[in-house]
Amino acid sequence: MKKAILGRKLGMTNIFDEDGTVIPVTVVEAGPCVVTQIKTEEKDGYKALQVGFGEIREKLINKPLKGHFDKAKVDSKRYLRELKLDDIENYNIGDEIKVDIFSEGDRIDVAGTTKGKGFTGPIKRWNQARGPMSHGSRYHRGPGSMGGSATPSRVFKTKKLAGRMGGVRRTVQNLEVVKVDPERNLLLIKGSVPGNKNGLLYIKETVKR
Amino acid sequence: MEDIINLVEKEQMREDIPQFNVGDTVRVYVKVVEGTRERLQAFEGIVIQRQNGGIRESFTVRKLSYGVGVERTFMLHSPKIDRIEVVRRGRVRRAKLFYLRDRVGKAAKIREKNIR
Repeated sequence: MKKAILGRKLGMTNIFDEDGTVIPVTVVEAGPCVVTQIKTEEKDGYKALQVGFGEIREKLINKPLKGHFDKAKVDSKRYLRELKLDDIENYNIGDEIKVDIFSEGDRIDVAGTTKGKGFTGPIKRWNQARGPMSHGSRYHRGPGSMGGSATPSRVFKTKKLAGRMGGVRRTVQNLEVVKVDPERNLLLIKGSVPGNKNGLLYIKETVKR
Repeated sequence: MEDIINLVEKEQMREDIPQFNVGDTVRVYVKVVEGTRERLQAFEGIVIQRQNGGIRESFTVRKLSYGVGVERTFMLHSPKIDRIEVVRRGRVRRAKLFYLRDRVGKAAKIREKNIR
């Protein structure tokens, strides 16, 4: 991974491009991320940058975490996450990663936690078709056949049934960066990204192409 | 948080758009690209609706062209619009003038607004 940053989803809007076409964009507050710890092969068995992102009131930080931030001599942050960048040697503790690592037209992958939908039926969860509503069908939104009868005499695992939907980590690949605003730490991304407003997002260079 | 979205939208919004309402007759100059040349095309008619708000605000203009009703919807803040001229202020009692679609001739007329 060459470039990566943490961000917060602010919401969606439209913007016009130069010939007047409307582009749907997600506005993301990305960075600044402060390097709080550098994980090394010798000490931790793998290489990564631990970065902090987002403001938090001092009161909400417990003492062990406070100690961790003090050790790195940085302000307390809401989120601590690891980024597996290629050029870890170039970073020192306390360095900031800002939005300006990205530029207009870059392709990125965005990961986040999707909106929780609760317990949903198979129609919403697996896009199954519903049964007939009339002619005495009495089978409207059910899951359909459970499978074979005597063989295999059981329901296969992964059979698409009702259950909890959403609230899991998902990545949307190959999104386009429409605009970068380094002054306000904003990233305008074409299309939608997973999660609620204020949700934490991982933004990284795309693995496609 | 929400205000950042507003700020992003505000940057894109145009301030040179005249104030006009549903029922007004307007002339919209649209930029049309033909090959490499760009020229202006006017579309004149009655505003029959205004929809949404902020950067997403749009309006629909209806006119009769060779006896056929033509409606065109524009994004209010679109850079495709060169300028908008208000030709006539109309007095109407609805927010959406869809009833004009069923009317022809004199019945489709809109009274002019008295401006004090």
